[in-house]
Formats: sequence, C-alpha cells, structure tokens
Amino acid sequence: MTMTAERVGVRLPRRPAIAEPRRRGRWHALLREPGTALGLILVVSLLLAGLVAPWSPLADPTEINLRERLRSPSPEHLLGTDHMGRDTFSRLVHGARATLLAAAATLVLSMTIAVTVGLLSGYYGGWPDTALMWVVDLLLAFPSLILALAVAGALGPGLLNVLLAVGAVWWVGHARIIRGITLGEREMAYVTAARASGASDRRIILRHIAPNILGPIVVLASLDIGWIILGIAGLSFLGLGAQPPTPEWGAMLSDARPHLQTAPHLILLPGAAIFLAVLGFNLLGDGLRDLLDPRIRRLAR
Amino acid sequence: MGAYVVRRLATLPLLLLGISAVSFALLSVAPGDPAEIVLHQRNPGQMPSPAAVTAMRAELGLDAPLPAQYVRWMSRALAGDMGRSYVTEQPVAAQLARRTVPTVVLTVAALGLALVLAVPMGILSARRRGGAGDAIVRLAALVGSAAPSYALAFGLIILFAVKLSWLPAVGYGSAAQMVLPAIALSLAPMAQLTRLIRASVLDVLGQDYIRTARAKGLSEQMVVMKHALRNALLPAIGATGVILAHLLGGAVIIETIFTWPGLGQLIVGAALTRDYPVVQGFVTYLAVIVLLANLATDIALRVADPRLRYERVGV
Repeated sequence: MTMTAERVGVRLPRRPAIAEPRRRGRWHALLREPGTALGLILVVSLLLAGLVAPWSPLADPTEINLRERLRSPSPEHLLGTDHMGRDTFSRLVHGARATLLAAAATLVLSMTIAVTVGLLSGYYGGWPDTALMWVVDLLLAFPSLILALAVAGALGPGLLNVLLAVGAVWWVGHARIIRGITLGEREMAYVTAARASGASDRRIILRHIAPNILGPIVVLASLDIGWIILGIAGLSFLGLGAQPPTPEWGAMLSDARPHLQTAPHLILLPGAAIFLAVLGFNLLGDGLRDLLDPRIRRLAR
Repeated sequence: MGAYVVRRLATLPLLLLGISAVSFALLSVAPGDPAEIVLHQRNPGQMPSPAAVTAMRAELGLDAPLPAQYVRWMSRALAGDMGRSYVTEQPVAAQLARRTVPTVVLTVAALGLALVLAVPMGILSARRRGGAGDAIVRLAALVGSAAPSYALAFGLIILFAVKLSWLPAVGYGSAAQMVLPAIALSLAPMAQLTRLIRASVLDVLGQDYIRTARAKGLSEQMVVMKHALRNALLPAIGATGVILAHLLGGAVIIETIFTWPGLGQLIVGAALTRDYPVVQGFVTYLAVIVLLANLATDIALRVADPRLRYERVGV
C-alpha cells in the first residue's frame, strides 16, 4: 500500500493524517525553487491584470483618436498609442483578459475530451480502445497548429472559433497519457477491492480512479496553458482569431506590422506580453510537475 | 526488417483514407455554402442570384450526396487531380507542387541549425550539470520554448533589417533572404531538442556500461563520444516526428511574416478565404508527408538501435 501511494505520487484525501505535514513541506519546496516562484509571480500578475481590466481606470482600449496616432510613451499614455490612437498599455492589460479567457475555455474543452476518452479507453479496453487510440495516433502524427488552422478556416474567423479549433485538436496527446495512467490504476488493489465490494464500473471510474489521476491531469493542464496561449495568439496573428477592435495580443501584433519601421515597440510589446505569459505558465507547470507527479515525465515521453 | 517496412507501408493507405475522410467531412459541415463563397470571390460585392448558386453547386458537384462527393474527390486525387482553387481557379496539385520546394528548403535549414546548436549544447549542459554552462543552456532552452516565433521574427527584422541593414527583411531567392526566417523557425525545435538531448545524455551517463568504460581507463572524451552519444541520440531521432510537426506548424507563421512562397503561406491564404479545395488538398498532402516521415523515423531508429529489431514495438 505504501508502494501504491508512492507510485500515485498524490496522497489520497482520505488520509489527511499522513498527507498534511508532508504536503505542506512540499509546497514550501515548490516556492523555494526560484524558477517556480518567478512563474507564480508572472501568472498571478497576469491573472490580476485580466481580472481587474474592465474596472481599472485605464483608457478605453477600443477608443479611436486619430489625432493621437502612434504617440511615444508619455504620462498620459504610459506605453504610447497605436496606429488608431488607442492606448497601448490599456490594450495590453485588456489583452491579458482575452488571452486568459480564451486559454481557459480551450483548456476546459480539450481536457474534458481528453479525460473522457482517456478514462473510458483505459478502463474498458477492447475494440473501442483500439478504435479511439487509432484516431489519436492519426491526429498525433499531424501538426496540431495546421489542423487547428484548417478547422478555424472552415468555421470562419473569430476568437470563439479559434478556441473551438484549438480545443478540438489539442486533446489527443493528453488522452493517450490519461489512458496509460488509467490502464495502470485499473490493476491496483484499491480497484479490485472496490469491485469486490460490489461497486459498479461507473462508480469505480468516477469515485475511485478519477480522484487518483487528478494530479497528473492538473500537471498536464498547467504545462499546456503556455502552448495554448501561443497557438491562440498565433492564429489571431494570422487573422483567424480575435477581430478588430478587440484588444488581443496576437491581433495587436498583426495590426502593428505596417508600422514596423516607425513604431517597432508596438510589435515588441505584445510579443513580450505573450512571451512572459507563456514563460510564467511553463515555469509554474514545471514546478507543479516536479511536486505532484514524477510519473508524467516518463509517460509524456 | 523488410517485413516490417512492408507491414508499415500497408497501413499507410488506411491512415490516409482516414485523414482525408475526416478533413472532407469537416469542410462539408462547415457553415456557409461553398457555391456562394466562389460566386462572392468572382464577383465581389454582388449578391449572387439563387439561379447562379444552383448552377454553381451543380458545376462544383456539391449537389451529390456527401459520400458520393468524397468518392469522386478521392478517385480524382488518386489520379493526381485535386480540383481547382475557388479563388485563383488554378489546379490545387500544381500549387502544392510549386510551393513544396521553398518550404522544404526553409525547414531543412532550420532543422540543420537547430541540430548544430542543440547537440553540443545538450551534451555540454549534461556534462557540466549544475555548473554555469548548464545554467545558461537551460535558461536559453526555457526562453526558447516560451518565445513566440512570430514576435521573435519581428525582433530579428527590426534588429538586422531595419536598424543594422545587414540582411533583407523579406523575400525569397537568395541565401541572405533565408537567414532570418531560418533562425526564427529554428528556435522552438532547438529549445526542445536541447532539453531532450540533455536529459538523455544525463540518463545514459548514469548507466552501468559508462561506469565500465570509465573504469577501464578510457578518456572522458572517448566515453562521451563513443559510448554515451550514440545511445543518447536515440530519443532525439525518435522525436523527429514531433520536431517535424513543430517545424511545419511554425513555418505557417514564419512564411507569412517573411513572404516566403511556401506551403504555409498557401494554407493561411486558403484558410482566410475559405478556399476549401486548397485546404482539403493541403491537409491530405501534408498527411502523406507526415506519415512517410514517421515511417522513415521508425526505420532509422531500428537501424540505429538493434534492440528494437528483436522486440515487437507495441502501443
């Protein structure tokens, strides 16, 4: 049983007496790692920016003022204005909100599909498993950004369509990993015990296996947000995502393109915002992985 | 080995059939009537008449049931005819063929650049684990994997083309024009490969046979180059498929920025104008490339790693 807990890596909630002291120690270890601490700072500031943006005293990010075009930074406009005279700093802060909301929605969508497919496939096995994994292998072989591009192109431009497209192609790798973990859990003594005491398949999956694979799912999700942000901003940059005048980082980059020579900061600032957001989530994800689940490294290849 | 290749080749048509059917179904259920899209492309600003739409549907073969449309598309595609673009009215197959070379040139240059830097950096990082060199390499890999290639591309253009005027910013044809896009495209796979090689060299250096090699008095150079490297590079070879996907996905954006006349630029334009025959043809074409590349990877792994030849590599 000790071995099982070690293997699972995450303590079960039903044994708080053992779990609590060790877990607190580990959370401290997480923050002692300078990279993880930096990641946490970046992510928290991003969340704060996204959260308070609509109620902040910043200028309206969509208000056009053609007499104030392409201004340099000043006390009035902290980071200057864009080609429409809109306040760049305000657009960046509001962009955090658009990016976070889109990334969160994509994550929920792709994780829901991945967990459902992974759990069912791993638990039941048989021909549905073979068929699902065949689809997964097929999609895995394909560059996901291009697949998302094709889906987004078919659905038409718009941020909602882009997040549907990214969500629809992003789940495959996770489904495979979750299936692998479920396959291992299914053979554990606690599942046999639950089955012996008369639990239904549905109950075993939802009440016994699902809580045990929560750690890996959290880790996968946190490692994934960075990629999702990059993908969504990339598709928006290409013109498929957020449409003007929505303040979104990828769209801001493409808006600033014609002014590359005269106002390079208009390109570099949203670029830096995307970079810091992705870096923050990646650092935090790495830290969480080391803390919660050493198994993932092996399964994720 | 021969039997393995034959078996793998036999599954290719099946996989292709799957991918093309999925992409066909996807485009067919997409909102909007392709016939109206075509008429809009040809006469912008005009509302097409219902009669014209019906005629166009018949001309494009859209009035047939979906499976029939797919069978007809597939049988033509097998003969090399992938239809015509809605926008330019040029044959899709010819467009794909013309744009393949620039993309291959760019991705090969980027992959070469990534390998040339990632292999030594990964080895150095692993050998000096915990040292200053390791810290720098790990930081570089971290930055490289978080930096959006599109922002990096603009950074390169601003620095080397606008400020310093050393290199041309856009265009295709000369070697100088390839430098910036190749660098921008190579960054993400470079970071990925560096991490991978570092991890696998560390893994291999902890093995018993490395201790044996050291114990029999070999120089550290000999141990690393002769005993560790060959095994440490296996995971990198195995990741070729992932790296290739990375490169092709990145090429879509990089080609658009640098006006590089490759496949990436083609698919972006087609996706934006809902040029379905081009999207469809491109997805199927790319599937062939990706599947063949994966097959080549698996064969290369078997050549490099004799252990794989004796066991069946299952799921």
